Amino acid sequence: MIRVILPPHLRGLAHIGSGEVELEVAGQPTQRSVLDALEARYPMLSGTIRDHVTQQRRPFLRFFACGEDLSHEQPDAPLPDAIASGVEPLLILGAIAGG
Amino acid sequence: MSKVRVLVGTRKGAFILTSDGKRQNWDVSGPHFAGWEIYHMKGSTADPNRIFASQTSGWFGQVIQRSDDGGNTWIQPGTPPGEPTTGPGGMPKGESNKFVYDVSKESGKPLTTHQFYDGTQHPWEFKRVWHLEPSLTDPETVYAGVEDAAIFRSTDGGKSWHELAGLRGHGTGPRWQPGAGGLCLHTIIIDPKNPKRIFIAISAAGAFRTDDGGTTWRPINKGLYSKYIPEPTAEVGHCVHRIALHPSRPDVLFMQKHWDVMRTDNAGDSWQKISGNLPTDFGFVIDVNANEPDTVYVVPIKSDGEHFPLDGKLRVYRSKSGGNEWEELGKGLPQRDCYVNVLRDAMAVDSLDKSGIYFGTTGGQVYVSPDGGDNWAPIVRDLPAVLSVEVQTLA
Repeated sequence: MIRVILPPHLRGLAHIGSGEVELEVAGQPTQRSVLDALEARYPMLSGTIRDHVTQQRRPFLRFFACGEDLSHEQPDAPLPDAIASGVEPLLILGAIAGG
Repeated sequence: MSKVRVLVGTRKGAFILTSDGKRQNWDVSGPHFAGWEIYHMKGSTADPNRIFASQTSGWFGQVIQRSDDGGNTWIQPGTPPGEPTTGPGGMPKGESNKFVYDVSKESGKPLTTHQFYDGTQHPWEFKRVWHLEPSLTDPETVYAGVEDAAIFRSTDGGKSWHELAGLRGHGTGPRWQPGAGGLCLHTIIIDPKNPKRIFIAISAAGAFRTDDGGTTWRPINKGLYSKYIPEPTAEVGHCVHRIALHPSRPDVLFMQKHWDVMRTDNAGDSWQKISGNLPTDFGFVIDVNANEPDTVYVVPIKSDGEHFPLDGKLRVYRSKSGGNEWEELGKGLPQRDCYVNVLRDAMAVDSLDKSGIYFGTTGGQVYVSPDGGDNWAPIVRDLPAVLSVEVQTLA
Protein backbone atom coordinates (compact mmCIF):
# COMPACT_ATOMS: atom_id res chain seq x y z
CA MET A 1 0.00 0.00 0.00
CA ILE A 2 1.44 3.31 -1.11
CA ARG A 3 0.36 6.44 0.74
CA VAL A 4 0.26 9.73 -1.15
CA ILE A 5 -0.44 13.20 0.23
CA LEU A 6 -1.67 15.69 -2.33
CA PRO A 7 -1.78 19.49 -2.15
CA PRO A 8 -5.20 20.92 -1.22
CA HIS A 9 -6.02 22.16 -4.73
CA LEU A 10 -5.64 18.67 -6.16
CA ARG A 11 -7.54 17.06 -3.31
CA GLY A 12 -10.39 19.42 -4.09
CA LEU A 13 -10.21 18.69 -7.80
CA ALA A 14 -10.35 14.93 -7.15
CA HIS A 15 -12.96 15.22 -4.36
CA ILE A 16 -10.63 13.41 -1.97
CA GLY A 17 -11.31 15.40 1.19
CA SER A 18 -8.57 15.93 3.71
CA GLY A 19 -7.04 12.47 3.93
CA GLU A 20 -4.25 10.62 2.25
CA VAL A 21 -4.67 8.55 -0.88
CA GLU A 22 -3.83 4.88 -0.61
CA LEU A 23 -2.83 3.08 -3.78
CA GLU A 24 -1.97 -0.46 -4.73
CA VAL A 25 1.07 -0.52 -6.99
CA ALA A 26 2.40 -3.78 -8.37
CA GLY A 27 6.12 -4.43 -8.06
CA GLN A 28 8.76 -2.01 -6.87
CA PRO A 29 7.08 1.40 -6.75
CA THR A 30 8.58 4.29 -8.66
CA GLN A 31 7.44 7.87 -9.16
CA ARG A 32 6.05 6.88 -12.54
CA SER A 33 4.16 3.82 -11.34
CA VAL A 34 2.70 5.68 -8.38
CA LEU A 35 1.57 8.59 -10.55
CA ASP A 36 0.16 6.16 -13.12
CA ALA A 37 -1.87 4.50 -10.37
CA LEU A 38 -2.95 7.87 -9.00
CA GLU A 39 -4.16 9.10 -12.40
CA ALA A 40 -5.92 5.81 -13.08
CA ARG A 41 -7.87 6.18 -9.84
CA TYR A 42 -8.42 9.92 -10.30
CA PRO A 43 -8.33 10.70 -14.02
CA MET A 44 -9.14 14.32 -13.37
CA LEU A 45 -5.59 14.65 -12.05
CA SER A 46 -4.08 13.75 -15.40
CA GLY A 47 -1.92 16.59 -16.58
CA THR A 48 -1.97 18.39 -13.24
CA ILE A 49 1.16 16.85 -11.69
CA ARG A 50 3.11 16.07 -14.84
CA ASP A 51 2.68 17.38 -18.33
CA HIS A 52 0.33 15.38 -20.56
CA VAL A 53 2.83 15.06 -23.35
CA THR A 54 6.33 15.28 -21.93
CA GLN A 55 5.43 13.56 -18.64
CA GLN A 56 7.75 16.06 -16.97
CA ARG A 57 6.95 17.10 -13.42
CA ARG A 58 5.31 20.52 -13.36
CA PRO A 59 7.95 23.03 -12.32
CA PHE A 60 6.12 24.37 -9.26
CA LEU A 61 5.58 20.90 -7.79
CA ARG A 62 8.02 18.81 -5.79
CA PHE A 63 8.09 15.22 -4.55
CA PHE A 64 9.28 14.59 -0.99
CA ALA A 65 9.60 11.39 1.02
CA CYS A 66 11.39 10.35 4.19
CA GLY A 67 12.61 13.90 4.70
CA GLU A 68 14.30 14.04 1.31
CA ASP A 69 13.59 15.84 -1.93
CA LEU A 70 13.08 13.19 -4.62
CA SER A 71 11.99 15.66 -7.29
CA HIS A 72 15.09 15.24 -9.40
CA GLU A 73 15.27 11.47 -9.18
CA GLN A 74 14.60 9.57 -12.39
CA PRO A 75 10.90 8.70 -12.76
CA ASP A 76 11.68 5.00 -12.94
CA ALA A 77 14.05 4.97 -9.97
CA PRO A 78 12.77 2.85 -7.06
CA LEU A 79 11.17 4.82 -4.27
CA PRO A 80 12.56 4.29 -0.74
CA ASP A 81 11.55 1.11 1.08
CA ALA A 82 9.63 3.13 3.66
CA ILE A 83 7.38 4.38 0.86
CA ALA A 84 7.00 0.92 -0.67
CA SER A 85 5.97 -0.51 2.68
CA GLY A 86 3.57 2.32 3.48
CA VAL A 87 5.47 3.44 6.56
CA GLU A 88 6.06 6.88 5.05
CA PRO A 89 3.86 8.80 2.59
CA LEU A 90 4.96 10.32 -0.69
CA LEU A 91 4.33 14.04 -0.42
CA ILE A 92 3.45 16.06 -3.50
CA LEU A 93 3.89 19.70 -2.62
CA GLY A 94 3.16 22.93 -4.45
CA ALA A 95 5.63 25.77 -4.24
CA ILE A 96 4.79 28.30 -1.58
CA ALA A 97 3.73 31.61 -3.06
CA GLY A 98 2.09 34.77 -1.92
CA GLY A 99 -1.27 35.99 -3.08
CA MET B 1 -40.19 36.36 -16.27
CA SER B 2 -36.78 36.90 -17.75
CA LYS B 3 -33.68 36.58 -15.65
CA VAL B 4 -29.97 36.95 -16.06
CA ARG B 5 -27.06 34.81 -14.98
CA VAL B 6 -23.68 36.51 -14.74
CA LEU B 7 -20.62 34.26 -14.89
CA VAL B 8 -17.60 35.74 -13.16
CA GLY B 9 -14.11 34.29 -13.36
CA THR B 10 -11.60 35.50 -10.77
CA ARG B 11 -8.07 34.86 -9.60
CA LYS B 12 -9.34 32.59 -6.85
CA GLY B 13 -12.49 30.93 -8.11
CA ALA B 14 -15.74 31.35 -10.03
CA PHE B 15 -18.89 33.12 -8.97
CA ILE B 16 -22.37 33.04 -10.46
CA LEU B 17 -24.65 36.02 -9.93
CA THR B 18 -28.35 35.73 -10.74
CA SER B 19 -31.19 38.19 -10.80
CA ASP B 20 -34.56 38.75 -12.34
CA GLY B 21 -35.07 41.14 -15.22
CA LYS B 22 -34.97 44.18 -12.96
CA ARG B 23 -31.33 43.42 -12.15
CA GLN B 24 -31.55 45.03 -8.73
CA ASN B 25 -31.48 42.13 -6.28
CA TRP B 26 -28.84 39.47 -6.75
CA ASP B 27 -28.07 35.99 -5.52
CA VAL B 28 -24.39 35.11 -5.37
CA SER B 29 -23.15 31.55 -5.72
CA GLY B 30 -19.53 30.64 -5.14
CA PRO B 31 -16.68 30.38 -4.94
CA HIS B 32 -16.69 27.46 -7.32
CA PHE B 33 -13.24 25.89 -7.80
CA ALA B 34 -11.97 27.91 -4.85
CA GLY B 35 -8.31 28.78 -5.03
CA TRP B 36 -8.01 28.24 -8.79
CA GLU B 37 -7.79 30.90 -11.45
CA ILE B 38 -10.92 30.90 -13.59
CA TYR B 39 -9.90 32.64 -16.76
CA HIS B 40 -13.27 32.36 -18.44
CA MET B 41 -16.73 30.85 -18.23
CA LYS B 42 -19.31 30.97 -20.96
CA GLY B 43 -22.73 29.42 -21.49
CA SER B 44 -23.97 27.79 -24.66
CA THR B 45 -26.66 29.68 -26.50
CA ALA B 46 -27.86 26.35 -27.89
CA ASP B 47 -28.30 24.97 -24.35
CA PRO B 48 -28.13 27.76 -21.76
CA ASN B 49 -27.75 25.35 -18.85
CA ARG B 50 -24.50 24.13 -20.35
CA ILE B 51 -21.60 26.24 -19.15
CA PHE B 52 -17.93 25.72 -19.89
CA ALA B 53 -15.21 26.93 -17.52
CA SER B 54 -11.48 27.30 -17.91
CA GLN B 55 -9.90 26.42 -14.56
CA THR B 56 -6.18 26.98 -14.55
CA SER B 57 -3.18 27.21 -12.31
CA GLY B 58 0.48 28.02 -12.59
CA TRP B 59 1.07 24.99 -10.40
CA PHE B 60 -1.29 22.39 -11.75
CA GLY B 61 -1.95 23.36 -15.35
CA GLN B 62 -5.22 23.44 -17.23
CA VAL B 63 -8.56 21.89 -16.31
CA ILE B 64 -11.78 22.18 -18.28
CA GLN B 65 -15.03 22.04 -16.33
CA ARG B 66 -18.57 21.79 -17.62
CA SER B 67 -21.93 22.27 -15.98
CA ASP B 68 -25.15 20.95 -17.50
CA ASP B 69 -27.43 22.46 -14.88
CA GLY B 70 -26.67 26.15 -15.02
CA GLY B 71 -23.66 26.06 -12.74
CA ASN B 72 -25.07 24.11 -9.79
CA THR B 73 -22.83 21.10 -10.37
CA TRP B 74 -19.71 20.61 -12.46
CA ILE B 75 -17.89 17.77 -14.12
CA GLN B 76 -14.72 17.47 -16.04
CA PRO B 77 -15.95 16.31 -19.44
CA GLY B 78 -14.76 12.80 -20.07
CA THR B 79 -14.82 11.86 -16.41
CA PRO B 80 -18.51 11.75 -15.47
CA PRO B 81 -19.27 10.50 -11.96
CA GLY B 82 -19.96 6.80 -11.69
CA GLU B 83 -18.43 5.78 -14.98
CA PRO B 84 -15.19 3.82 -15.36
CA THR B 85 -12.25 6.09 -14.83
CA THR B 86 -10.10 4.42 -17.42
CA GLY B 87 -10.66 3.89 -21.10
CA PRO B 88 -9.65 1.07 -23.43
CA GLY B 89 -6.12 -0.07 -22.72
CA GLY B 90 -6.28 1.27 -19.19
CA MET B 91 -5.49 4.84 -20.18
CA PRO B 92 -6.92 7.36 -17.75
CA LYS B 93 -9.72 9.57 -18.95
CA GLY B 94 -8.14 12.92 -18.31
CA GLU B 95 -8.28 14.01 -21.91
CA SER B 96 -10.50 17.01 -21.30
CA ASN B 97 -7.46 18.70 -19.77
CA LYS B 98 -5.30 17.83 -22.71
CA PHE B 99 -4.36 20.49 -25.23
CA VAL B 100 -1.70 19.24 -27.60
CA TYR B 101 -0.63 21.24 -30.64
CA ASP B 102 -1.41 19.40 -33.84
CA VAL B 103 1.75 18.35 -35.64
CA SER B 104 0.20 15.44 -37.48
CA LYS B 105 0.87 14.95 -41.18
CA GLU B 106 -2.83 14.93 -42.00
CA SER B 107 -4.01 18.18 -40.47
CA GLY B 108 -1.23 19.70 -38.43
CA LYS B 109 1.60 22.12 -38.87
CA PRO B 110 5.22 21.88 -37.74
CA LEU B 111 5.62 23.21 -34.25
CA THR B 112 8.02 26.02 -35.01
CA THR B 113 8.79 29.03 -32.83
CA HIS B 114 7.41 32.44 -32.06
CA GLN B 115 9.17 35.60 -31.03
CA PHE B 116 9.94 35.88 -27.31
CA TYR B 117 10.09 39.02 -25.16
CA ASP B 118 13.79 39.49 -25.87
CA GLY B 119 13.36 39.12 -29.62
CA THR B 120 14.75 35.61 -29.81
CA GLN B 121 12.74 32.70 -31.10
CA HIS B 122 10.99 30.52 -28.51
CA PRO B 123 9.26 27.14 -28.77
CA TRP B 124 5.48 26.95 -28.65
CA GLU B 125 4.39 25.80 -25.16
CA PHE B 126 0.81 25.30 -24.04
CA LYS B 127 0.06 27.20 -20.84
CA ARG B 128 -3.66 27.83 -20.37
CA VAL B 129 -7.06 28.47 -21.93
CA TRP B 130 -7.93 32.16 -21.97
CA HIS B 131 -11.31 32.04 -23.65
CA LEU B 132 -14.04 29.48 -24.33
CA GLU B 133 -16.54 30.17 -27.11
CA PRO B 134 -19.44 27.73 -27.43
CA SER B 135 -20.95 27.14 -30.85
CA LEU B 136 -24.05 29.21 -31.48
CA THR B 137 -26.02 26.16 -32.63
CA ASP B 138 -24.45 22.95 -31.31
CA PRO B 139 -24.07 22.44 -27.55
CA GLU B 140 -21.39 19.80 -28.13
CA THR B 141 -19.08 22.17 -30.00
CA VAL B 142 -16.90 24.70 -28.25
CA TYR B 143 -13.75 26.60 -29.21
CA ALA B 144 -10.84 27.42 -26.92
CA GLY B 145 -8.33 30.22 -27.33
CA VAL B 146 -5.09 29.31 -25.63
CA GLU B 147 -1.66 30.56 -24.64
CA ASP B 148 0.75 30.09 -26.45
CA ALA B 149 -1.58 31.35 -29.12
CA ALA B 150 -3.67 28.76 -30.91
CA ILE B 151 -7.31 27.81 -31.33
CA PHE B 152 -8.68 24.41 -30.38
CA ARG B 153 -12.12 22.91 -30.98
CA SER B 154 -14.07 20.25 -29.14
CA THR B 155 -17.03 18.56 -30.79
CA ASP B 156 -17.83 16.28 -27.86
CA GLY B 157 -18.82 18.76 -25.18
CA GLY B 158 -15.29 19.57 -24.05
CA LYS B 159 -14.13 16.00 -23.60
CA SER B 160 -11.38 16.11 -26.19
CA TRP B 161 -9.68 18.99 -28.01
CA HIS B 162 -8.09 19.33 -31.42
CA GLU B 163 -6.16 22.28 -32.70
CA LEU B 164 -7.23 24.16 -35.81
CA ALA B 165 -3.61 24.25 -36.87
CA GLY B 166 -4.10 26.40 -39.93
CA LEU B 167 -4.01 29.49 -37.74
CA ARG B 168 -0.68 28.79 -36.08
CA GLY B 169 0.54 27.51 -39.41
CA HIS B 170 -0.35 30.68 -41.21
CA GLY B 171 3.34 31.37 -41.63
CA THR B 172 3.59 34.55 -39.59
CA GLY B 173 4.03 32.69 -36.30
CA PRO B 174 7.72 33.56 -35.92
CA ARG B 175 6.65 37.23 -35.82
CA TRP B 176 4.00 36.75 -33.12
CA GLN B 177 5.21 37.86 -29.73
CA PRO B 178 3.76 37.79 -26.22
CA GLY B 179 2.27 40.83 -24.58
CA ALA B 180 2.86 41.28 -20.86
CA GLY B 181 0.13 38.75 -20.19
CA GLY B 182 1.58 36.14 -22.50
CA LEU B 183 1.09 35.12 -26.12
CA CYS B 184 -2.62 34.59 -25.74
CA LEU B 185 -5.50 34.00 -28.09
CA HIS B 186 -8.15 35.81 -26.07
CA THR B 187 -11.03 36.61 -28.42
CA ILE B 188 -13.14 34.23 -30.51
CA ILE B 189 -16.23 35.49 -32.31
CA ILE B 190 -18.36 33.20 -34.44
CA ASP B 191 -20.20 35.05 -37.19
CA PRO B 192 -23.90 34.52 -36.37
CA LYS B 193 -24.88 34.72 -40.04
CA ASN B 194 -22.05 32.70 -41.50
CA PRO B 195 -20.91 29.76 -39.36
CA LYS B 196 -17.86 29.24 -41.57
CA ARG B 197 -16.55 32.65 -40.55
CA ILE B 198 -14.74 33.07 -37.24
CA PHE B 199 -12.77 36.06 -35.98
CA ILE B 200 -10.00 35.70 -33.43
CA ALA B 201 -7.49 38.04 -31.83
CA ILE B 202 -4.06 37.42 -30.37
CA SER B 203 -1.92 39.61 -28.17
CA ALA B 204 0.44 40.47 -29.74
CA ALA B 205 -0.12 39.26 -33.26
CA GLY B 206 -3.40 40.92 -34.20
CA ALA B 207 -6.75 39.84 -35.58
CA PHE B 208 -7.32 36.92 -37.94
CA ARG B 209 -10.32 35.57 -39.81
CA THR B 210 -11.29 32.24 -41.29
CA ASP B 211 -13.96 31.90 -43.96
CA ASP B 212 -13.82 28.13 -44.23
CA GLY B 213 -14.68 27.00 -40.73
CA GLY B 214 -11.16 27.16 -39.36
CA THR B 215 -9.03 25.40 -41.95
CA THR B 216 -7.27 28.48 -43.27
CA TRP B 217 -6.82 31.90 -41.71
CA ARG B 218 -5.61 35.28 -42.76
CA PRO B 219 -4.58 38.36 -40.79
CA ILE B 220 -7.04 41.26 -40.85
CA ASN B 221 -4.97 44.13 -39.51
CA LYS B 222 -4.95 46.63 -42.35
CA GLY B 223 -5.39 50.11 -40.94
CA LEU B 224 -3.94 49.32 -37.54
CA TYR B 225 -1.03 51.50 -36.51
CA SER B 226 1.13 50.42 -33.58
CA LYS B 227 3.97 52.78 -32.87
CA TYR B 228 5.54 50.32 -30.41
CA ILE B 229 6.55 47.80 -33.09
CA PRO B 230 9.36 48.28 -35.60
CA GLU B 231 6.99 48.49 -38.56
CA PRO B 232 3.86 50.24 -37.23
CA THR B 233 1.61 49.06 -40.07
CA ALA B 234 2.93 45.49 -40.21
CA GLU B 235 0.69 42.63 -41.28
CA VAL B 236 1.03 41.08 -37.80
CA GLY B 237 2.46 42.09 -34.43
CA HIS B 238 -0.35 44.35 -33.18
CA CYS B 239 -1.52 44.07 -29.61
CA VAL B 240 -5.26 43.73 -30.05
CA HIS B 241 -6.98 43.65 -26.68
CA ARG B 242 -10.56 42.86 -27.60
CA ILE B 243 -13.01 42.74 -30.50
CA ALA B 244 -16.81 42.90 -30.36
CA LEU B 245 -19.69 42.88 -32.81
CA HIS B 246 -23.45 43.13 -32.88
CA PRO B 247 -25.11 39.91 -34.06
CA SER B 248 -27.33 41.72 -36.55
CA ARG B 249 -24.36 43.25 -38.35
CA PRO B 250 -21.40 40.89 -38.23
CA ASP B 251 -19.35 42.75 -40.83
CA VAL B 252 -19.02 45.66 -38.41
CA LEU B 253 -16.44 44.99 -35.72
CA PHE B 254 -15.21 47.22 -32.94
CA MET B 255 -11.71 46.83 -31.51
CA GLN B 256 -9.95 48.03 -28.40
CA LYS B 257 -6.28 47.90 -29.26
CA HIS B 258 -3.36 48.44 -26.88
CA TRP B 259 -3.81 52.06 -27.83
CA ASP B 260 -6.62 53.12 -30.22
CA VAL B 261 -10.25 52.18 -30.56
CA MET B 262 -10.94 50.95 -34.08
CA ARG B 263 -13.83 49.97 -36.33
CA THR B 264 -14.22 47.98 -39.51
CA ASP B 265 -17.25 47.88 -41.77
CA ASN B 266 -15.97 45.07 -43.98
CA ALA B 267 -15.28 42.20 -41.60
CA GLY B 268 -11.75 43.31 -40.91
CA ASP B 269 -10.52 43.97 -44.43
CA SER B 270 -9.69 47.52 -43.28
CA TRP B 271 -9.95 49.41 -40.00
CA GLN B 272 -10.47 53.07 -39.08
CA LYS B 273 -9.69 54.78 -35.84
CA ILE B 274 -12.77 55.91 -33.88
CA SER B 275 -11.14 57.10 -30.66
CA GLY B 276 -12.56 60.57 -31.24
CA ASN B 277 -12.93 62.51 -28.00
CA LEU B 278 -11.97 59.71 -25.61
CA PRO B 279 -9.74 61.09 -22.85
CA THR B 280 -7.36 58.18 -23.46
CA ASP B 281 -7.81 55.41 -25.97
CA PHE B 282 -5.84 52.81 -24.08
CA GLY B 283 -7.99 50.10 -22.52
CA PHE B 284 -8.92 46.46 -22.61
CA VAL B 285 -12.68 45.91 -22.92
CA ILE B 286 -15.10 46.85 -25.64
CA ASP B 287 -18.68 45.74 -26.20
CA VAL B 288 -21.82 46.59 -28.15
CA ASN B 289 -25.32 47.23 -26.80
CA ALA B 290 -27.52 44.22 -27.56
CA ASN B 291 -30.35 46.37 -28.90
CA GLU B 292 -28.46 49.20 -30.55
CA PRO B 293 -25.77 48.09 -33.02
CA ASP B 294 -24.15 51.53 -33.05
CA THR B 295 -23.92 51.88 -29.28
CA VAL B 296 -20.45 50.90 -28.13
CA TYR B 297 -18.84 50.84 -24.68
CA VAL B 298 -15.22 51.09 -23.56
CA VAL B 299 -13.50 51.70 -20.23
CA PRO B 300 -10.58 54.04 -20.85
CA ILE B 301 -7.45 53.22 -18.87
CA LYS B 302 -4.79 55.87 -18.35
CA SER B 303 -1.90 54.26 -20.20
CA ASP B 304 0.02 51.09 -20.87
CA GLY B 305 2.25 51.92 -17.93
CA GLU B 306 -0.55 52.94 -15.57
CA HIS B 307 -3.34 50.41 -15.71
CA PHE B 308 -6.01 52.37 -13.88
CA PRO B 309 -8.68 54.96 -14.73
CA LEU B 310 -7.80 58.59 -15.29
CA ASP B 311 -7.85 60.80 -12.19
CA GLY B 312 -9.03 57.95 -9.95
CA LYS B 313 -12.50 58.12 -11.53
CA LEU B 314 -14.00 54.93 -12.89
CA ARG B 315 -15.92 55.79 -16.03
CA VAL B 316 -17.42 53.88 -18.88
CA TYR B 317 -17.54 55.73 -22.18
CA ARG B 318 -20.42 55.18 -24.57
CA SER B 319 -20.72 56.09 -28.20
CA LYS B 320 -24.19 56.02 -29.73
CA SER B 321 -22.86 56.79 -33.17
CA GLY B 322 -20.59 53.82 -33.71
CA GLY B 323 -17.52 55.67 -32.50
CA ASN B 324 -15.76 59.03 -32.57
CA GLU B 325 -18.30 60.77 -30.32
CA TRP B 326 -18.16 59.46 -26.77
CA GLU B 327 -19.96 60.40 -23.57
CA GLU B 328 -18.71 59.60 -20.09
CA LEU B 329 -20.84 57.49 -17.78
CA GLY B 330 -19.98 57.49 -14.13
CA LYS B 331 -23.25 57.64 -12.21
CA GLY B 332 -22.99 55.04 -9.47
CA LEU B 333 -19.32 54.28 -10.15
CA PRO B 334 -16.55 55.45 -7.80
CA GLN B 335 -15.47 58.96 -8.74
CA ARG B 336 -12.48 59.29 -6.46
CA ASP B 337 -9.50 57.21 -5.37
CA CYS B 338 -10.30 54.37 -7.78
CA TYR B 339 -7.25 52.65 -9.25
CA VAL B 340 -8.54 49.32 -10.51
CA ASN B 341 -8.20 47.84 -13.97
CA VAL B 342 -10.84 46.20 -16.17
CA LEU B 343 -9.37 43.23 -18.02
CA ARG B 344 -10.15 42.33 -21.60
CA ASP B 345 -12.74 39.60 -21.03
CA ALA B 346 -14.44 41.39 -18.15
CA MET B 347 -17.32 43.19 -19.89
CA ALA B 348 -20.60 41.74 -21.12
CA VAL B 349 -24.05 42.84 -22.23
CA ASP B 350 -27.41 41.16 -21.74
CA SER B 351 -30.20 41.22 -24.31
CA LEU B 352 -33.18 42.31 -22.26
CA ASP B 353 -35.32 45.16 -23.59
CA LYS B 354 -33.08 47.66 -21.87
CA SER B 355 -29.71 46.10 -22.43
CA GLY B 356 -27.78 45.53 -19.23
CA ILE B 357 -24.07 46.29 -19.22
CA TYR B 358 -21.70 44.50 -16.84
CA PHE B 359 -18.04 44.74 -16.03
CA GLY B 360 -15.66 43.45 -13.38
CA THR B 361 -12.53 44.99 -11.95
CA THR B 362 -9.21 43.84 -10.61
CA GLY B 363 -10.44 45.22 -7.28
CA GLY B 364 -13.13 42.53 -7.14
CA GLN B 365 -16.16 44.63 -7.97
CA VAL B 366 -18.75 43.63 -10.54
CA TYR B 367 -20.91 46.50 -11.70
CA VAL B 368 -24.20 46.44 -13.58
CA SER B 369 -26.08 49.09 -15.45
CA PRO B 370 -29.65 47.92 -16.12
CA ASP B 371 -30.32 50.85 -18.41
CA GLY B 372 -27.64 50.75 -21.05
CA GLY B 373 -25.03 52.63 -19.06
CA ASP B 374 -26.94 55.59 -17.60
CA ASN B 375 -26.87 54.29 -14.02
CA TRP B 376 -24.51 51.82 -12.38
CA ALA B 377 -24.51 49.82 -9.17
CA PRO B 378 -22.19 47.21 -7.72
CA ILE B 379 -23.52 43.66 -7.64
CA VAL B 380 -20.59 42.55 -5.49
CA ARG B 381 -17.71 44.60 -4.15
CA ASP B 382 -15.20 42.25 -2.64
CA LEU B 383 -14.46 39.31 -4.91
CA PRO B 384 -10.92 38.32 -5.85
CA ALA B 385 -9.56 40.16 -8.88
CA VAL B 386 -12.01 39.67 -11.74
CA LEU B 387 -10.63 38.08 -14.90
CA SER B 388 -13.80 37.64 -16.93
CA VAL B 389 -17.49 38.47 -16.98
CA GLU B 390 -20.13 36.89 -19.19
CA VAL B 391 -23.89 37.15 -18.96
CA GLN B 392 -26.70 34.86 -20.06
CA THR B 393 -30.17 36.23 -20.69
CA LEU B 394 -32.62 33.50 -19.72
CA ALA B 395 -36.30 33.25 -20.59
